Amino acid sequence: MAAKTDPPAGPSSGGGRALFLLAPALIVIGVLFGGGLVAGAWQSLAPLLPGARLSLDAYRAILGDPGFPGALGFSLYIALTATMLSAVMATAVALLLRQTFPGRRLISFLVQVNLTIPHAVGAIGILYLLSQSGTLSRLAHGAGLLDRPAQFPELVYDRHAIGIILHYMWKEVPFITLILLSQMQTIGQDYAAAARSLGAGRWQCFRHVTLPLIAPALAAASAIVFAFCFGAYEVPLLLGPNSPAALPVLAYRVSVDADLATRPQAMAMAMVIAALSAALVLIALRAARRAMGRA
Amino acid sequence: MAPPPGLRAFWVISGICLALLMILPLVPLAVWSVADGWRFPAILPQVWSADAWRYTLSPASGVLASLWSTTLIALSATALSALIGIPAGRALGLHRFRGKAAVELVILAPLVVPAIAVALGLHAVFLRLGLTGTTIGVVLVHLIPALPYMTLVMAAVFANHDTAYEDQARSLGAGRLAIFRLVTLPAVLPGILAGAAFTFLVSWSQYALTLLIGSGKVVTLPLLLFSFASSGRNDIAGAIGVIYVLPGIILLALTLGRINGRNVALPRGGLT
Repeated sequence: MAAKTDPPAGPSSGGGRALFLLAPALIVIGVLFGGGLVAGAWQSLAPLLPGARLSLDAYRAILGDPGFPGALGFSLYIALTATMLSAVMATAVALLLRQTFPGRRLISFLVQVNLTIPHAVGAIGILYLLSQSGTLSRLAHGAGLLDRPAQFPELVYDRHAIGIILHYMWKEVPFITLILLSQMQTIGQDYAAAARSLGAGRWQCFRHVTLPLIAPALAAASAIVFAFCFGAYEVPLLLGPNSPAALPVLAYRVSVDADLATRPQAMAMAMVIAALSAALVLIALRAARRAMGRA
Repeated sequence: MAPPPGLRAFWVISGICLALLMILPLVPLAVWSVADGWRFPAILPQVWSADAWRYTLSPASGVLASLWSTTLIALSATALSALIGIPAGRALGLHRFRGKAAVELVILAPLVVPAIAVALGLHAVFLRLGLTGTTIGVVLVHLIPALPYMTLVMAAVFANHDTAYEDQARSLGAGRLAIFRLVTLPAVLPGILAGAAFTFLVSWSQYALTLLIGSGKVVTLPLLLFSFASSGRNDIAGAIGVIYVLPGIILLALTLGRINGRNVALPRGGLT
């Protein structure tokens, strides 16, 4: 994230010069991002059909349709589960990578390599790994655990979204880990060393010293991960069941529907995705900032 | 305090497990690319073959053309992001001004609001402007995640940039251009290169935005990857997947030494 500490006064601290430097970026983001949101909101209220007036009909329609609440619940479940599991795992991995042991540099490199891998590739890799005729199933067959692919548990296209959640963990544990490592480096070893010299055990030291210090970074990183998992399209498209569909998948499906009358409903779903993600991240960032103020 | 030997062994074992988990999903993908017929329950392919690679690299598959257009789009999005994002990052990193928190929020917003929600609304506008189905349209929509990313990385770089050298150069009579070329640029260049490398990857990894705004006419690598994977050509999907991850690994290896922990220049393949 941007400089959290207040930077020293620059060569000319005038707001005029800063605004001049920022103007192109603000205009481009305003037009493309802001414009996209406004256009989406407008289309959710104004059907393309001739003679139609502004209304909340699209929002009423999606609330009345069983598909939308199902998709919303499914996406919330996926994002919540993936984020919580990733946050816990990432904390453990970050603590591990702070230690000195042989092979640590190679492992750190692999963790960073994972960040560069596009979700599309990871998701297909997970598919070939976890499907009922995939690599794990074949290994299980080799070990004499099953005879037919159908005996392997359904880990992809399943209602529990296990494949999707495992994919997100695979991608997001490294992301949160690197944020935590950078935060731990900023904090340094002094507090932990002091606690240890005063007789704190490893767990006590983590629970009462390290964890409170990294909590703001953990909350901020988790919020970003949640918003991503909630709004991602290609991963549930590839690894998710047809029904319930994840909310972004459903929104896209409805938006390309031949029936133009449903277009406002797709836009209404897009607005729900945007509003929920933004609200959650704002809450988490505010909580993180408050925690930082206390620390 | 030296850790007890049991604990050290536990770290090493956990580290090995972690390393294996990191590469595990990529293994079947790579093996598929050199397999010809790999049916259940064979753990390794019955027949090894270079056919998938031969086809993938032939003009008939369209992969090379797609590789070129993916690269062109990512380079354009990166260049535009650098041009706009470097000055903006300098303003955020070095200046204090009223409304700064609000500006930071505006620049952060596109990274947390799912892009598909924005692109669904943008589609109708781009359609009217004739930008759907064009490379320019796709570059523009890639700016939504790429520009904020570049800007925030540059803000972190400039926050650690000491302007005292610029002041000294000025007091010694250097002009604006000379100061920029001889003092500022050499100091921030490593940060710019790392930021540009990862901004390139942000664009390189986009799937949904390209699909929506490109209307299937701008075929980048992930679109081809999905189309071969969903038509059951696992071998070709495997080969495309290997090609698709290479730039990220190369860029990471090139920039690794340049990043320190404080500039959180994280490569975000596909994320936001």
